[in-house]
Amino acid sequence: MPKKAWKKVLVIGSGPIVIGQGAEFDYAGTQACRALREEGVEVTLVNSNPATIMTDRETADRIYIEPLTVESVERIIERERPDGLIPTMGGQTGLNLAYQLAKKGVLDRCGVTLMGTSLKSIDQAEDRESFRALMQELGEPIPESIIVSRVDEALEFAAKTGYPLIVRPAFTLGGTGGGIVQSAEELEQIAESGLQASLIDQILVERSVAGWKEVEFEVLRDGVGNCITICHMENMDPVGVHTGDSIVVAPCQTLTDREVQALRSASRRIVEGLKIEGGCNVQFALHPSRLEYVVIEVNPRLSRSSALASKATGYPIAKVAAKIALGYALTEIKNAVTEKTSACFEPALDYVVVKIPRWPFDKFTEADRCLGTQMKATGEVMGIGRNLETALLKAVRSLDIKVYGVRLPELEALTDAELKTACLKPDDRQLFVFAEALKRGWTVDWLAEETGWNRYYLKLLKRLVDNTELLEKNPWDKVLLLSAKRLGFADHEIAALWKSTEDEIYRFRLEQGIRPVFKMVDTCAGEFEATTPYFYSSYDVEDEGVIHKRPKVVVLGSGPIRIGQGIEFDYCSVHAVLALRKAGFESIIINNNPETVSTDFDTADRLYFEPLTLEDVSAILDKEQPDGVIVQFGGQTAIGLASGLASRGYRILGTTVEDIDRAEERGTFDRVLQELGAKRPHGAGATNMEQVHHVAEEIGFPLVVRPSYVLGGRAMDIVYEAEELETVVKRALSASSDQEIWMDQYLLGTEVEVDAISDGENVFIPGIMEHLERAGVHSGDSIAVYPPQTLDLAMQERIIALTESLARSLNIKGLLNIQYVIYHKELYVIEVNPRSSRTVPFLSKVTGVPIVDWATQVILGRTWEEIKIPHGLWPTGDRVAVKAPVFSFSKLQRVEPSLGPEMKSTGEVMGIDRTYEKALYKALLGAGVSFTTYGSVFVTLADRDKAEGVALARRFADLGFRILATKGTRRYLESKGLRVEQIAKLHDGSNEIIDGIRKQKIQYVVNTTTHGRVQASDGFAIRRAAVEHGIPCFTSLDTAAALLQVLESISPGLLPL
Amino acid sequence: MAYLVFKDGTTYEGEAFGDWLKSDPSVADYEVVFNTSMSGYQEMVTDLSYAGQILVLTQPQIGNYGWHHEENEANKTRLQGLIVRELSEGEGSLHAEGSLEDYCLRHGVRGLRGVDTRALTRYLRQFGTLPGVMVETKDEGLAFWAKFQASHTIKDKSEHWVYRSTVKETYEIPGPGPLLALLDFGAKRNIIRQLQERGFRIMVFPAGSTPEEILRHHPSGVVLSNGPGDPEELPECVATVRRLYDQLPVLGICLGHQLLALAAGGKTYKLPYGHRGGNHPVIDIRSSKATMTSQNHGYAVQEASLKGSGFEVTLRNLNDGTVEGMEHQSYPILSVQFHPEGAPGPEENAEIFDRFKGLVEKSLSRKGRPA
Repeated sequence: MPKKAWKKVLVIGSGPIVIGQGAEFDYAGTQACRALREEGVEVTLVNSNPATIMTDRETADRIYIEPLTVESVERIIERERPDGLIPTMGGQTGLNLAYQLAKKGVLDRCGVTLMGTSLKSIDQAEDRESFRALMQELGEPIPESIIVSRVDEALEFAAKTGYPLIVRPAFTLGGTGGGIVQSAEELEQIAESGLQASLIDQILVERSVAGWKEVEFEVLRDGVGNCITICHMENMDPVGVHTGDSIVVAPCQTLTDREVQALRSASRRIVEGLKIEGGCNVQFALHPSRLEYVVIEVNPRLSRSSALASKATGYPIAKVAAKIALGYALTEIKNAVTEKTSACFEPALDYVVVKIPRWPFDKFTEADRCLGTQMKATGEVMGIGRNLETALLKAVRSLDIKVYGVRLPELEALTDAELKTACLKPDDRQLFVFAEALKRGWTVDWLAEETGWNRYYLKLLKRLVDNTELLEKNPWDKVLLLSAKRLGFADHEIAALWKSTEDEIYRFRLEQGIRPVFKMVDTCAGEFEATTPYFYSSYDVEDEGVIHKRPKVVVLGSGPIRIGQGIEFDYCSVHAVLALRKAGFESIIINNNPETVSTDFDTADRLYFEPLTLEDVSAILDKEQPDGVIVQFGGQTAIGLASGLASRGYRILGTTVEDIDRAEERGTFDRVLQELGAKRPHGAGATNMEQVHHVAEEIGFPLVVRPSYVLGGRAMDIVYEAEELETVVKRALSASSDQEIWMDQYLLGTEVEVDAISDGENVFIPGIMEHLERAGVHSGDSIAVYPPQTLDLAMQERIIALTESLARSLNIKGLLNIQYVIYHKELYVIEVNPRSSRTVPFLSKVTGVPIVDWATQVILGRTWEEIKIPHGLWPTGDRVAVKAPVFSFSKLQRVEPSLGPEMKSTGEVMGIDRTYEKALYKALLGAGVSFTTYGSVFVTLADRDKAEGVALARRFADLGFRILATKGTRRYLESKGLRVEQIAKLHDGSNEIIDGIRKQKIQYVVNTTTHGRVQASDGFAIRRAAVEHGIPCFTSLDTAAALLQVLESISPGLLPL
Repeated sequence: MAYLVFKDGTTYEGEAFGDWLKSDPSVADYEVVFNTSMSGYQEMVTDLSYAGQILVLTQPQIGNYGWHHEENEANKTRLQGLIVRELSEGEGSLHAEGSLEDYCLRHGVRGLRGVDTRALTRYLRQFGTLPGVMVETKDEGLAFWAKFQASHTIKDKSEHWVYRSTVKETYEIPGPGPLLALLDFGAKRNIIRQLQERGFRIMVFPAGSTPEEILRHHPSGVVLSNGPGDPEELPECVATVRRLYDQLPVLGICLGHQLLALAAGGKTYKLPYGHRGGNHPVIDIRSSKATMTSQNHGYAVQEASLKGSGFEVTLRNLNDGTVEGMEHQSYPILSVQFHPEGAPGPEENAEIFDRFKGLVEKSLSRKGRPA
């Protein structure tokens, strides 16, 4: 029973999405909030991330969108005076915050009980030294290791043990700053960045068990000592690659029962030893050929793995953990899936799941894509199958990288030597690299010997490779088709192998009566009757998804979290589902992301955990026969499926496929604009250098160059002068699939973004957002402000009018998003997205307008009057909100941190307050900018920015900052009357700048660039050094100006008499 | 292709593996049961409690880690059929000595792979444990059922699967501690291992042994093992247990537990589809704490029938409330329906063996004999 009559509980979220801390904590926090409210507890929630379901009014009673700093949470606690705080739902961020609040005495002072796992337990699990002591006491083996706070201590240890060693910083996210090292030089380097990354200046250096099997257990324990393991999982690759970057299989496949039980018992002993009350994750390395293991890591909280385990089993871990935090025993909680049996049991799976990480290397082509102990993935997908092959191939398809099997065409061009190197150095393509090697006849044994991968998984890959070849050789073989489908082969892949089309294979397959059935995820392998509406497809006999004959609508989700398509779209999908339910429709969601709220089995009336491809979606639609499909909330993934689905005869609700095309296809869209008399930046296509120069002459510099057809703004560049043109164009041409590029006038104006709802006649605009950075910085990476601070009313009227006419002439039914630029008082249209956008959650939170709900009702065909939607622009209130992007540069080596037309941020935060400066302050603080109000600023400016840069430098100087600059910038700034200290350039052989950054002698870096991609440049090295050492680095003068505005409002002056 | 055919004509199709030739060429019906454990196929296949049954494994990927001789639960199998979704060659474990497929082939187990095991499990859940036949053509199966006449009564006790599973002769396992008599109804090795680990000397007796044969060796305690089939069809074993249970500390496991209940005047009944798996929660009524147990039984003790028997129910299944354990009010008897030895399944209930050891030691000290 509950430990006390809890009245009010504070839940801390995890903040912005960064690599290592993703959408899984929205799922965890949301489930926790719901579980608490179910018990009649009032929930106060704090999170800086507006694109979350947990920050919805429907989820919590009192919501604070505030920076996740000790100070701001302390203020909330002082004001709200909750009885309890749950620290384990908000990832490492939430845990660290709670830890600091407790240590600081805030919780004691305000009478707040830390719920669930105690502070002592957290301490014991997180602090390496006490953890090691506990493991010794319990007799659990851990790798030989040492905890150090100085680099030389690490070297001393290494001298005794030898290499390879593994370096892990204490208290960080996603293994930031850690890695496997083979030599003293490497150790020195990684140890230093690890110490930087650690919150408590400690790193663990340990003997590497690389090559062993990596196994995880998800454990739940209650206050009376009941302890269960929800799921065990095995990495396909051996120890060495971060679990977040590993392909993971659940349940463990290559472990004998004896091994499973030995590790299960060990994890229970550890969780018991730590006295965990809630969820805990235990990671082991298991020797590949004898029963010997070591404990690698323990996370005394909900984690990415627990989200995966929860989706893999159907067991609502976060919900049960929240009830345990209240004081319930596991035996007192019902299994929400069967509604009959107890929650105190261990799920049995009668399927297997495969998780594949989603990496950002399609966006960051220049990044170091090798995998190691530093996690690099931004998201993940999960495939469920009745065999491992199917689960794996479903996961591959879900990645949304246009790969449908195990063949990656780009690898065919590798020489044997190159392929061998690729086999030995794991990167994100490893699975496909192995498949290519197997195709070339390299043996499973060789791969197993060389890479440490288990033969079982390599054989599985080999089976897929062999079947690929078999299919290729036997087109239109019906028997083979059935066996291929049972192995999980996609129609798309078979079409490619049979030199046919996906539609043709689909028709042929249906003619043969080969179609999938749907099975239920029920936590108990069919032993008990379950009511969970959670399904996956399988080429099996029995279909157990009984269809309901009531009005129903399918919502397509957005798949994995990736740069450009984040949690915002999951937010929209979830709200679309809620709106459908409210409107009396059966809501059905299709998605494949195990981290999200949309894939909780109680979000929609029905959940299909499936890839978002034409084939997989069609199978569900064929079965369900819904009244229609909504594609506009699932980002580009869902929109991309619209035309294929429509041509198969399924009904797309909302904006029609033809109208979607009109907005997205450049030629037709230009005609729409012409008809309306609207302007867009001049532009033209070019296929060769001659045309390029011609076009350049016509539209002038600066201009934007982009491949005519490429995903997500990749290879887009701004060219300021003729000399740069050729290099940039060459790169764009090679990235373009049809050897054509587009060149557009680049208007250095104010960018404005609008979201609107329309039924083709009426138009409603929830809000206009102004971007703080001038056009040229991708809208997803700019700081957005609502309401606009510099637009006059007349301009706002023009924006409203043009938005209305665009919505009408594009015949939008549902949501649209328009990006404008205002240049010399003229309004230009940059693009129209006929779908929900990443700013919808932000706008919903600030304005309180149920944007997705209204849009969904419009899509369902309800009239404007019925829904009672207003017209025109929603009135602004007395609050200002600022949305700031958050980047994960420190985790991605070699990625250029400067902002440009390609999106680079992984997440966002919101700052909201009564004045612009305060909102901006909170947003930047939430985004992780540390506001140092004094110190040194290092400034390097591109020539074109020098004039503007002077004003900024002066403002810094006025605040009392020292200005450091290299020769050219110093001379220029001094010529304008500023006092500047010269610092030697890197390419002159000096390390002064990098050293200054490393040793925190520099507090801010302002660095604007001409050649963003020339990585050898000084600028690149400086920017990388800054992001790796957590020094704010501004590559846009506008962002720097924003910082200054905040600094000026918060810092006391320094005025000698 | 090969088939599993039920009396109502319901058929499940798959590919044959294992031994379809050497094994009993005459088609016979066997009880079809399912187990939801996610690992431990080897322990299950060699668990003699499955004697005379066709086992469906709900985890679809089976055979992955091969075969490890030392993990056999018996040196034989009496399993009549094994049904899986996917069968692997067993390359997952570097130290494997063979494969599941190979074992089935050598030990006369018919196998079916590629079956929609979830559909089959749901069928069994709906209709209860049912007899089925494994045949090479569907017609053969239908013909079998057309001619089938129920003849469930056991004519001779040797027909009971217990007698086809138990050891032929008494044998002794040396140990430093007190002597235990283990009545082998189809005992799992891990029960013996657990007892050995606690230092006992063990004499293993065949199922038909008389009380005199057992008591002649002056054991300090008796262990009634697990085993296959209906306990009510073993009256002679019940009689033996009745003679022993008020004289010595007794540990009853699974079938042994049921025999104890019958010996004390209680009743057993058949569960609709049994409990088979590694995740069954059992709650200790006195402490309210639950543990995960490994289970494999089709029959259970009727709680009401224990009234006046001297047995008190101490453990219950958290899901369906069935009796999972009992202790005697006057005699040192521990009795559990589940498998405290795991194998496969959770190890957390092994402390039952410690408690039993405590009972034996206590009874010895009371009798003033050396421990």
